[in-house]
Amino acid sequence: MRNSGTHRIIRLALPKGRFLTPTATLLAKAGLGFHTYGEKARQYRLWSDSFPNLFAKVLQEKDIPIQVGVGNYDLGICGSDWVEEFTVRYRAGTLVKVCELGYGEGNLYVVAASSEGELLDLDELCASHKDCRIVTEYPNLAETFAMNIRMKKFRIFPIWGAAEVYPPESAELAILWSRNEANLESEGLVCLKRLLPVTMFLIANRESLQSKDLSPILNAIASHLPQIGREKNQNTEKLFSSPPERVSRSYWNSRTVRLALPDGHQQEPTSQFLRSAGLDVQGYSAKALNRRPLSDVEWLGIKVIRPQDMPLQVANGNFDLAITGEDWLLDQSYRFPSMPVRELFPLGFGMVRVVAAVSQDMPASSIEQFKSLIDKGQLVSVRVASEYINIADKYLRDNHISPYKLIPTWGASEAFLPEDADMLIDNTQTGETLKQHQLKIIDILFQSTACLIANENSLQLPEKKEKIEYLCDKLYAAVRQKVH
Amino acid sequence: MKNQKCKGMRDLLASDMLRFRRIEDTFRRHCLSWGYQEVRTPTLEYLHLFTATGTLTPGRLGKVYSFLDWDGWSGERVVLRPDGTIPVARLYIDNLSGEKVARLFYVTNIFSFEETGKEDRERWQCGAEFFGGIQLAADAEIILMAREIITSLGLERFQLQLSHAGLVKALIKEFKLSPGDEAKLTSRILEGDWQALKLLAESPEVSETSRLLFSLFSLKGKSSSFLHNLRALSSKASQDFKSSLDEFINIATLLDNLNCSYQIDITAMSGFEYYTGICFQFTVNGQKIAGGGRYDKLVPLMNGKDIPACGFALYVDTVARLLPLEQQNEVKVLVKGKNSLLETIGACFILAESLRKAGYQVELDFTDKEESGVRWVVLVSGEGAFPFLLRDHEEKVQRGFASMAEILKALPRK
Repeated sequence: MRNSGTHRIIRLALPKGRFLTPTATLLAKAGLGFHTYGEKARQYRLWSDSFPNLFAKVLQEKDIPIQVGVGNYDLGICGSDWVEEFTVRYRAGTLVKVCELGYGEGNLYVVAASSEGELLDLDELCASHKDCRIVTEYPNLAETFAMNIRMKKFRIFPIWGAAEVYPPESAELAILWSRNEANLESEGLVCLKRLLPVTMFLIANRESLQSKDLSPILNAIASHLPQIGREKNQNTEKLFSSPPERVSRSYWNSRTVRLALPDGHQQEPTSQFLRSAGLDVQGYSAKALNRRPLSDVEWLGIKVIRPQDMPLQVANGNFDLAITGEDWLLDQSYRFPSMPVRELFPLGFGMVRVVAAVSQDMPASSIEQFKSLIDKGQLVSVRVASEYINIADKYLRDNHISPYKLIPTWGASEAFLPEDADMLIDNTQTGETLKQHQLKIIDILFQSTACLIANENSLQLPEKKEKIEYLCDKLYAAVRQKVH
Repeated sequence: MKNQKCKGMRDLLASDMLRFRRIEDTFRRHCLSWGYQEVRTPTLEYLHLFTATGTLTPGRLGKVYSFLDWDGWSGERVVLRPDGTIPVARLYIDNLSGEKVARLFYVTNIFSFEETGKEDRERWQCGAEFFGGIQLAADAEIILMAREIITSLGLERFQLQLSHAGLVKALIKEFKLSPGDEAKLTSRILEGDWQALKLLAESPEVSETSRLLFSLFSLKGKSSSFLHNLRALSSKASQDFKSSLDEFINIATLLDNLNCSYQIDITAMSGFEYYTGICFQFTVNGQKIAGGGRYDKLVPLMNGKDIPACGFALYVDTVARLLPLEQQNEVKVLVKGKNSLLETIGACFILAESLRKAGYQVELDFTDKEESGVRWVVLVSGEGAFPFLLRDHEEKVQRGFASMAEILKALPRK
């Protein structure tokens, strides 16, 4: 790596995910020389071919305002929704919005389900003393929203994604990003309030903007904005492969047993597993994902949500059963030990190891050696990046690592090392990705597989008990079949 | 060494604690003598206690320390107590709602985030709440008790300012704003920003309301006569305005009769939406040292019974800064062992115990620590004809003694 420690290096944080392609187009037009930044690239650390001092890192969009705010990056590109989510909580003003980039339009909406006659009215909701559950990936904005409209009683559920599938049964309101209201409608939702317009922004660390010469990069980007502006609205990427079928609250309420299935990496193996168990679930495939797939078991209601969100959703009784990872169950159990959720049995797929990893350059090959680096003063204030904040927190406490700072991430955590974190706590299947990013494992915390979890109270309810047992028998038979 | 204290948090050192205890002791003594009973509420409360009542402004709610407890999987957030009165109202509803009258007081810390970290994020207050009292008498009781405590603390040149929440609310209504604008204006005023209302008052459109407002802002009344004058001018004002003004006149007249001087200042209230009637504050050189008022709707808003209530709080941190450190009249004695032999240490402990029993404040020392700051020092050698040597550092004399009884005789009487 080139001398990234010197102050003349300009550090830029680039987004993964929803706006990677238009961002790559902008950078190419601005001639910033990041040819490997694209949809398929697995490279997170990029040096510009055109500007010798320009270094970029590819991060989850949500992480970018935090990273720029704390000064790990001089500049960043991300949606204004994530900027607001950061600044509404941390108002100290370390972050500056430099300019709008003219793409990625959308809005942050407060939505409810439109499938019901009893459509919610915000004023009514505020005046009422009824509990209002809000699911969102933007908990800070949600809290400010609820307080500003003086909502009397509310609970906010920060989730990893798929907010659109929660109302009306699992939440009264969702606060989510969408391109426009027509998109919301196609998902069976109705907009109660447009919270803020969202576009992509170039953001800067205030201190960097005040004291560092960023002008070559700012010029290059700014001079290409008009062209980009004209191209707006041409982006026709589809968010959902098929319009989800509307399912009313009464449909959901009539399902005796409710099951949550995972999206993302776990979807394909879960889908295969369900087939092997003889359970036909329509609309649960990578090609055509319906967030409310239908099952041939008539009393079974199914929703597809993020595996990370499942333990809490099951604890709250929104689901009786869920297929998630043991890692996420453990993470949430450390945070809320009395949560009424338990693992019924492992499903034998999606095996990962949760490990502690450090840069290959670090002179430590075990957690003991890592600790001795702290004792010797070679490492001060350890920064640890992890998606599993509760597992990481416990691991660091148990190993008497002090002081440490935990950097919560929303994926792609390996990109944080070595510049922005000293240790990573993450899952790995083969260890290949870690190696690719010049990282090495210094400790294995535990092994985790996909598992079936259940709400403990549901297991006691007479109307659910037999049906849950029937389903469990079916799934367990498939597990045994696989083992044999 | 790097500062390890959390931003916005404060250590109270010995001299701070002497002031703190003096305030607390004075406050407790007076409250007890007025028939109030001490209570203490927990540090953690549910967030919805503060949102449900709609009593804290969004600005204040945005500064609460809220988090999910270890069993907070249901999303129920808890807060570090951001206010003293609401938890006491909850305590009253939960435990004492059978009582027709409850006079309660407390000493508590409250938490509120402050951006820069240079101001305190944890503050202390001594508060008293009176549930179920007859309105006029209860208002006067709270004001007079607060005045008595402040006087007793020896704070000089304090001022009492009176306002009326009902009057301010009725005034805002006179402008006939949209519900949204009215809520915004109310929030701004509650957060202490009176500019918006002042601008409305100064608007060129001369109306009854703006004239009244102008009088209220530009004049500071010194007796109930001012309010009577205002009443004479407000024939066209709303019924709410007039009845609030009448209420205000009554309490002001009562205070006039009781020789309690005050100033009428409509801006003498901030922060608390739950006030419904008289509001007051005490200041010293412009610094607010106490504040309170009537909050008749708070208990019913929290699903309690319909009961009138009023209260006040003394802001301990501000008062402490204004309070001179009192001379202590305890007689301190330093008992110093000449060596650390078992016999000497034992003799020192026995002597110290007798001295403490006789009412002296005694510190033991077996080091070569300097004897500065203490007038009386007894050096214990435990040997020879005079095992005790008494030094008087003020008179710069010393004398040997054969027994403890002699030492006790030689020391000044407690």
